[in-house]
Amino acid sequence: MRARVESALVWLLCAAPLLLILAWGFTGDLTANPVEFVLRDLGLWGLRFLCLTLAVTLLAKYGRMPRLMRYRRRIGLWAFAYVTLHLLTYVVIAHEFDWAEIATDIAKRPYITIGMGAFALLVPLAVTSANAVRRKMSPRAWRKLHRLVYLIAIMGVIHYFLLVKADTSSPLLYGGIVLVLLAARMPLGSLFKGAGNRAVQR
Amino acid sequence: MLIVNTPDLSDRDVTDHGLYLKRRQFIAGAAGLGLAACSGSNPASAASLKFKPNRMPIDETRTPLGDVTSYNNFYEFGTGKEDPAKYAGMMRTRPWTIVIDGLCDRPGRYAIDDLIKRFPLEERIYRMRCVEAWSMVIPWVGFPLASLIKAVGPQSGAKFVAFETLRDPRQMPGQRGSVIQWPYREGLRLDEALHPLTLLAVGLYGQTLPNQNGAPIRLVVPWKYGFKGIKSIVRIRFTDKRPQTSWQMLAPREYGFYANVNPAVDHPRWSQAKERRIGEFFRRKTLPFNGYGEQVAGLYRGLDPRQLY
Repeated sequence: MRARVESALVWLLCAAPLLLILAWGFTGDLTANPVEFVLRDLGLWGLRFLCLTLAVTLLAKYGRMPRLMRYRRRIGLWAFAYVTLHLLTYVVIAHEFDWAEIATDIAKRPYITIGMGAFALLVPLAVTSANAVRRKMSPRAWRKLHRLVYLIAIMGVIHYFLLVKADTSSPLLYGGIVLVLLAARMPLGSLFKGAGNRAVQR
Repeated sequence: MLIVNTPDLSDRDVTDHGLYLKRRQFIAGAAGLGLAACSGSNPASAASLKFKPNRMPIDETRTPLGDVTSYNNFYEFGTGKEDPAKYAGMMRTRPWTIVIDGLCDRPGRYAIDDLIKRFPLEERIYRMRCVEAWSMVIPWVGFPLASLIKAVGPQSGAKFVAFETLRDPRQMPGQRGSVIQWPYREGLRLDEALHPLTLLAVGLYGQTLPNQNGAPIRLVVPWKYGFKGIKSIVRIRFTDKRPQTSWQMLAPREYGFYANVNPAVDHPRWSQAKERRIGEFFRRKTLPFNGYGEQVAGLYRGLDPRQLY
């Protein structure tokens, strides 16, 4: 029972930013430029959830929240969900399916190129998070593949950094967070490799 | 609802100011903002202005006052689009003097209220195209910059006009950071400044200009990107050299001195071919010179139009 309440709570927390956007849509509080606001907000939550995914293992260990590990996949999938919605908003609402315009954007604008690249890398991670797929892979290959999430987070930060006009403080903050998380995982990587192996062998 | 602007319609027919105020108060309350923090920008303190109604009919829906006052860039109060509405109340707009100096016959300190009394006010409903590819239609109240320029008598050597915004970090919290080299600077060629479309605005929707939109006096150059419309002006200087302008100092590759609206010249990071009109869902095509080409294209004859970004 407690586990189910906990699970529902985690789900609700992950969905909260999306639910808020929907609620603001109904009350007309998405600013004077709703398309821009939703596009930005979804992208920012994608980046935040990516950071959170990276932080889960550390929080579980050092924050004495071992149960958090159960939700690592779910948080990662929510990151994928927000990034996907961000991309869909860009394609459908911001650019109205103007494929020529989108192709030009990808070719000419580095921040779009990097953003698209990050999304492309995120897709195999989401696909291989399904148990059925994961079981077919060697644990080694799976872990190697999922280390891409660091690269994706860095690409997300660069994407953000390149698009702001003048005030780079927010992208730099996220860049700092990703670097700290990356550094924190570095020396611990070998420890977790062992733990991961044991878990899988059981 | 389509509001087609006809010259015989006054602004009070279009927007119920009382209703607008209620909505603002509700938003301010909901946001938990202290009254003290927003009293200065509260349109309750706005006074009605006397002005000649708009003479240039424009067959486009005006952007609602609530959108014009809640969504804009004014980095002196923060880099978020909602920051100006939140924090501009901290700025005192009276007493306010503009220093006019440089190559002119009558330099000096000019009090804002004297200028408003001296030059007849008129309404101008202009399209405003932001360099970020969104746009509005805004009924300004003001007087042509040309009237002021003629009154102070530019000398023959004067080729450019330079403008500066107030610099006071106590009143402008955004200036405590250094996103931009303060004060904000803008400039025009003298012939651009003298063009009859170029306006010094002191009002919006028939009322005193709200702080977040650049009170007490701001520049409006409708055929240029919005960032040329410098706000809360404290200095106007006549010079023989092209003045430095803030966005050009920050990123010369992205923001030119002319900054004429030009759908053919992309911003390095986004296309300028289309724009999102605030309040509309689908984007519309951006017009050369923001649709004012007939009046202003002559100013740039002989110049490569691709350099006029």
